[in-house]
Amino acid sequence: MSVQTISDIPRASRAVPRIALVAIALFLCLAVAMMAGARYGLLLAIGFGFGITLEGLRFGFAGPWRAMILRREPAGILAQLVAIGLVAIVAFPLLQSNAEELTGAIAPVGWAMVGGAFVFGAAMQVVLGCGSGTLVNAGSGNPVGLVALPFFAIGSFIGATHLLWWTSLGSAPVVAFTGTSGLIVTLGALAAVAALLLFLAAPGTRTIPRRMWIAALLLALFALANLAVAGQPWGVVYGLGLWTAKGAAAMGSDVAALPFWSAPANSERLTSSILTDVTSLTNLGIIGGAFLVAAWRGGLAQKLPNLPPRAWVATIIAGLLLGYSSRLAFGCNVGAFFSGISTGSLHGWAWFAAAFAGSIAGVRLRPLLGLEGRR
Amino acid sequence: MTGTRRLTAAAALALVLGILALDKATSTPLDPFRAPPILALGSGQASGGAHCAALPSK
Repeated sequence: MSVQTISDIPRASRAVPRIALVAIALFLCLAVAMMAGARYGLLLAIGFGFGITLEGLRFGFAGPWRAMILRREPAGILAQLVAIGLVAIVAFPLLQSNAEELTGAIAPVGWAMVGGAFVFGAAMQVVLGCGSGTLVNAGSGNPVGLVALPFFAIGSFIGATHLLWWTSLGSAPVVAFTGTSGLIVTLGALAAVAALLLFLAAPGTRTIPRRMWIAALLLALFALANLAVAGQPWGVVYGLGLWTAKGAAAMGSDVAALPFWSAPANSERLTSSILTDVTSLTNLGIIGGAFLVAAWRGGLAQKLPNLPPRAWVATIIAGLLLGYSSRLAFGCNVGAFFSGISTGSLHGWAWFAAAFAGSIAGVRLRPLLGLEGRR
Repeated sequence: MTGTRRLTAAAALALVLGILALDKATSTPLDPFRAPPILALGSGQASGGAHCAALPSK
């Protein structure tokens, strides 16, 4: 039996399902705007933008870090730094002049934060999916991403529940770079990291491909739109933990009494619809956008891999660890690394260093766990 | 494992629909007339604070 791919279908026949896909996405955004409010429909659309950009332009976080560690290819990380720098250039003055309305992804550096980032870096290399990557992978039908996602959400909920205990072990005061001087420090640090990557790069790998430039620009635009519409930067982990918290509450658990979920902002989220929660909406949009691109390209005809049982066990454990550790680290590659650095939080830089060290360990773990051939 | 990504992508969409169904059953009803302004920027309202980087006070 042969599998028909999108390239086998005549161009005119392909247009109809593609138009239908886009129409459904637009309808969903409009429906949310009508049911919940215009801001929420717009946030779902921004989420679709993230998902389409990440899947459509094959832009990720875990993969480029792996490429740098294994093959000294820095293009993907350089593109990430470009996107972060572009957001910072606009976000810093916006945050300074609109401090009442907009907040950055600002969090303290601490033992648990650094440890959490290290574990997250290792786990994201095991499943080759970070916070945004797991959503994209699940939406595009990657079975590893699909299995990891619910455990990521469960881990995020448990991590949130334990967060205050972990932070009581010791945290430094919050350090945020602000204003023009903060922007100069941030851009200078980004440039220094880029220079180090270029110095370490293998010959012939120092150019950023055109698609990555486009992806970096689009991601920066969507991240800034997220900030202007929601009043807070792009994040992923909070929404996943919230979904599990609502599930646990529905099963009779007294989630509202837990210290994390009894805080005013979180307790309000527990009782309100996820269609009014910023990170939930962009997460749903990312899954939808990745699905749209995969279906558009005919990628859903791809056969599922035949992985050994230990690979699935590793995926489940890595999913739990991704969720748990990213709560301790005050975010994943999106909330801490991308949004933390681009809005001036020192914890974003600590996250970057610790998660990269964890990624080096994770790259070595992956073949041992049956997720790829031994090198 | 046999099958294609159609199966797993459909499962992902089913997961999303399940989450939305649970949410509808357990959350306060949506009210578009009480929604905040379309843009936080320029609204004069503080952001909600429900973000990965936000540390709740005890």
